[in-house]
Amino acid sequence: MMTEPMIAGLWTDTVSFFGVHAVAVVLLKIAVVLFALLGLVSYTVLAERRISAFIQDRLGPNRVGWFGLLQPVADSFKFLLKENVMPAHVNRIYYVLAPCIALAPALLTFIVIPFGNTLAGEPMVIANLNVGVLWMFSIASLGVYGIVLGGWASNSKYPFLGGIRSSAQMISYEISMGLSLIPVFMHVGSLNLTEIVNAQSHRWLFLHPNLFLAFLIFMISSFAETNRLPFDLPESEQELVGGYHTEYGSMKFALFFLAEYANMITASALMVTLFFGGWQVPFALPESLSHPVTWLAPFVFQPVGFVYILSFFLKMLLFLGVFIWIRWTLPRFRYDQLMNLGWKVFLPMALANVFVMGIWMALSV
Amino acid sequence: MTIKIERPVLKWHENLYFPAIWGGIKVTSRHFWKTVGNWISGKKYGMITSTGRVTMEYPEEKWAVPNEYRGAPTLVKDPDGRIKCVACQLCEFVCPPRAITITPEPIPGQLPNATVEKWPKEFEIDMLRCIYCGLCEEVCPEEAIFLLKDYSFVGESREELVHNKERLLELGGMRQDKIYKWKNK
Amino acid sequence: MIADAKSTSTPMVNLTINDRPLSVPQGTNLIEAAAKLGIHVPHYCYHPKLTVVGNCRMCLIEMGTPQIEPDKKSVLKPDGPPEITWMPRPQIACATLVSEGMAVRTHSKMVEECRKGVMEFLLINHPLDCPICDQAGECRLQEYSVDYGTGGSRFVERKVKRPKKVELGPRVTLDDERCILCSRCVRFCQEVAKDDVLGFTDRGGHTTLGCYPGKKLENNYSLNTVDICPVGALTSSDFRFQMRVWFLKEARSVCTSCATGCNITVGSREGVVYRYTPRQNDAVNSTWMCDAGRLNYAWINDPRRLTRPLKNGQSAEWSDALPDARHLLREAGMKGQLAIVASGRASTEELFLVRQMAALFPAAAVDIVGRTGGHDQILVSADKNPNTSGAKLLGLATGKLAEIKKGIESGRIKTLFVQGENLEKAGFEAGLLAKLDALVVLDILPSPTTQMATWVLPGAAHVEKNGTFINGRGRLQRFLPSFSVKGHAHEDWYILKELLPEAEHTQYHSFHSVFEAMVRETPALAGVAWEGVGDQGTPLDLKL
Repeated sequence: MMTEPMIAGLWTDTVSFFGVHAVAVVLLKIAVVLFALLGLVSYTVLAERRISAFIQDRLGPNRVGWFGLLQPVADSFKFLLKENVMPAHVNRIYYVLAPCIALAPALLTFIVIPFGNTLAGEPMVIANLNVGVLWMFSIASLGVYGIVLGGWASNSKYPFLGGIRSSAQMISYEISMGLSLIPVFMHVGSLNLTEIVNAQSHRWLFLHPNLFLAFLIFMISSFAETNRLPFDLPESEQELVGGYHTEYGSMKFALFFLAEYANMITASALMVTLFFGGWQVPFALPESLSHPVTWLAPFVFQPVGFVYILSFFLKMLLFLGVFIWIRWTLPRFRYDQLMNLGWKVFLPMALANVFVMGIWMALSV
Repeated sequence: MTIKIERPVLKWHENLYFPAIWGGIKVTSRHFWKTVGNWISGKKYGMITSTGRVTMEYPEEKWAVPNEYRGAPTLVKDPDGRIKCVACQLCEFVCPPRAITITPEPIPGQLPNATVEKWPKEFEIDMLRCIYCGLCEEVCPEEAIFLLKDYSFVGESREELVHNKERLLELGGMRQDKIYKWKNK
Repeated sequence: MIADAKSTSTPMVNLTINDRPLSVPQGTNLIEAAAKLGIHVPHYCYHPKLTVVGNCRMCLIEMGTPQIEPDKKSVLKPDGPPEITWMPRPQIACATLVSEGMAVRTHSKMVEECRKGVMEFLLINHPLDCPICDQAGECRLQEYSVDYGTGGSRFVERKVKRPKKVELGPRVTLDDERCILCSRCVRFCQEVAKDDVLGFTDRGGHTTLGCYPGKKLENNYSLNTVDICPVGALTSSDFRFQMRVWFLKEARSVCTSCATGCNITVGSREGVVYRYTPRQNDAVNSTWMCDAGRLNYAWINDPRRLTRPLKNGQSAEWSDALPDARHLLREAGMKGQLAIVASGRASTEELFLVRQMAALFPAAAVDIVGRTGGHDQILVSADKNPNTSGAKLLGLATGKLAEIKKGIESGRIKTLFVQGENLEKAGFEAGLLAKLDALVVLDILPSPTTQMATWVLPGAAHVEKNGTFINGRGRLQRFLPSFSVKGHAHEDWYILKELLPEAEHTQYHSFHSVFEAMVRETPALAGVAWEGVGDQGTPLDLKL
């Protein structure tokens, strides 16, 4: 029976043999996460379609594969094979660039999120940044450029209005979103997401009353940040046809579409990480899980690592479900309501929450 | 005249949105679980209302289209098998989206219907342009063009969806009417 | 204009039509008199350019004359106007001349009843094959049925069968069932074409139009019978079943087949010319044109039309073609090695630009290619160029073509600019053209000359551009475009001005600026304005 350090050492030796240990592992993690993320995105779309269908007394896509489970595959082929139409009046370079700019930040944000504890001694996070949350905010705010650029480069009135609305909305809600997290950092004392998760090994943060308020503000702001209903004013179909992506089709439209869902996944992952214990499980794991399984010896994985990842994954799915359910429940806000809510309600509330948290901490010292 | 509609004054808890959100979730949950229940129990369809099933599984099941339905325009032959169209091009003229293109020609002398003198050499209806308005049928002085019930056309290229004379005649078939205007010309 | 001259010399007659007073020259018939008041009297057989026969009976009107007392004074009504004695029966307006004091009613109850009756009679044996009839859309029977007819038929007997699809001649097809026996075509052949071949046989219910035995309707004016046929009986074999007339876009133009310059209307659809029809101009062609000119349009629709510049036969870009051609011409012109062959088929404006080019190189020889052929005493001119007079006016018809040929042979001329001419027909063999260093050709169709060309610059047909011709009698007439230039070709004025040096061509920013420059610099055109030329042209005092 090998002990854990031995196993880890074996792993390290194996990879070192190729002389590219760090790079190889990071690349492997990136590949796995990217693949899983894109797969998850397409299946979130399927889930959205099925759930919305059920809510509306319909069936939803049920033709491709078992219960329609291969629908995302069919969709991706459709998007890839569609005629690539470029309207004559667009600003070509930016028109093509915009969907890429929209998708890239959505995927980039994910690299700081710890989606598990360790697997074979490797921390289950792509980049364990000390300024993880700051990174996340800075990258996430780049996402708006894709949308604004798409709206502008389309050279058409509806996309333009959609782009304008999007930028106003994103700027407004980024403030309350950022402020809402300050109590978390005050409580944990770190910006590193791995440490924030570790700090929740005994008690998840949302159970703290101040932090629960922070969670509410954060969640609602993320709805606005991801342009999801009830805050999907940038694309509001009834007024703006399709908003910023009105002039887009085929794969370029698909990229916008993927970006929206990737953003949703990232937002869910963040909520799990920040308030719901990340990969932590709410109960004590059986001791046996901590031991490596013999027949897996060549790969020397221990099952507990998978349990943590699964735990993270399930919690994330729960939030994705909330995202979807809310979309098919609530009507869209009016623009003035959206702005009122952002500037007159959430901003003061988040500020006050910071003060109350400070007082709480001062009193509890 | 301005009609002023008083907005209801909301109580403080209503202003929080939460009661409304909760109400909405109750409604959507009810529908969701009922549909899931129907689906699992094999009834297959969504909610069954007083007016019947809400969802129809399209390619296998199709709507019974009413008799007045305006589907694809087609060319018909008379009971003697003569192409009724004489290429007068009125449909081409009246067609709002300009979907119809006709190339007229004199009927070759040896054909039995040569007394009619003129027929379409080519008759094309661009189904990508057609708006199914039925003006071509209405304007036709020879009752040669009819909108039948077909509405579903697929093709792998744009050219395939431009119906030519052969396709239009194949779709239209023979019309059993009693008009023999040109028979004794 | 001729009519106006008449009105000053002949005495005027006063009459009232529908209670509106009117004064017209003596000898005017009532259809023309009513037309002066804007009142249309429907008619089939009457044609202003033919004798009056009065056999269709469609122009029936009610007329009356003033009551005359024994002392030859009019009886006046209590309120002033003279008392009218109305004729109990209607009269035909075409054969009734105006007389002093006459009163006419063109829309009274009796007249309308009469027209309904006439229409019903005319339609008794009409086959109603409007869907296949080429006249549909410009058919007087259709128009008058709507305006004056009954809308229904009481005729239940079998219709009379008559011959259909009869070829009266090489260019005219007759459908006798549609004929209403107005005899316009018969009179046209007798009076205008002087070729008496048409007549009626089997008189009665089965009256049939036909050619006299052994004769055919094949004179050079036969297609005018198709124009004047008020119904679809006579149809053009060329235009038959080609296109319905309501699709045709009509543009006012001038025939290019000879120096007469008959005024025409070009009927085209989506860039394809379907027919020419004569347009009335009493100073040039009355309302007629010859068949040869009328059918000379197929070259416009030729699929071989040049639509891109060609360099030595290879497709090229305008951005290379124009500067390079300009450079070639300039180099040769400076060395005195340039000659220019202009065209009598080009518009006056284009010839003006050619002259501007020639003026830069005084040593360069210029001429046009002359064309002559048969002529008749009616319309056809012996000069087959539509714009020889324009070339003469601008000094381009110099007769130096033989000199140019010799210059090429001797090697003195090394660069040739050709405007829309096939030089092989003018006696320039391929071997001769091969001696040139550079050949720049502006044309619209490939020819042996364009095959030899260093640069082919594709231009526009006359139905694709604005322009003017000066006909053999010195009348400046303009033609207007029917549709835009095909493919990547350009209007000729644009190409020609681009071939001028930079400093010269900036002033020509549009066709109209070329026209204005031409008028400014040509004394004979003094005072002429584009709008003033109008649809009927303007006579010039040329002294050629």
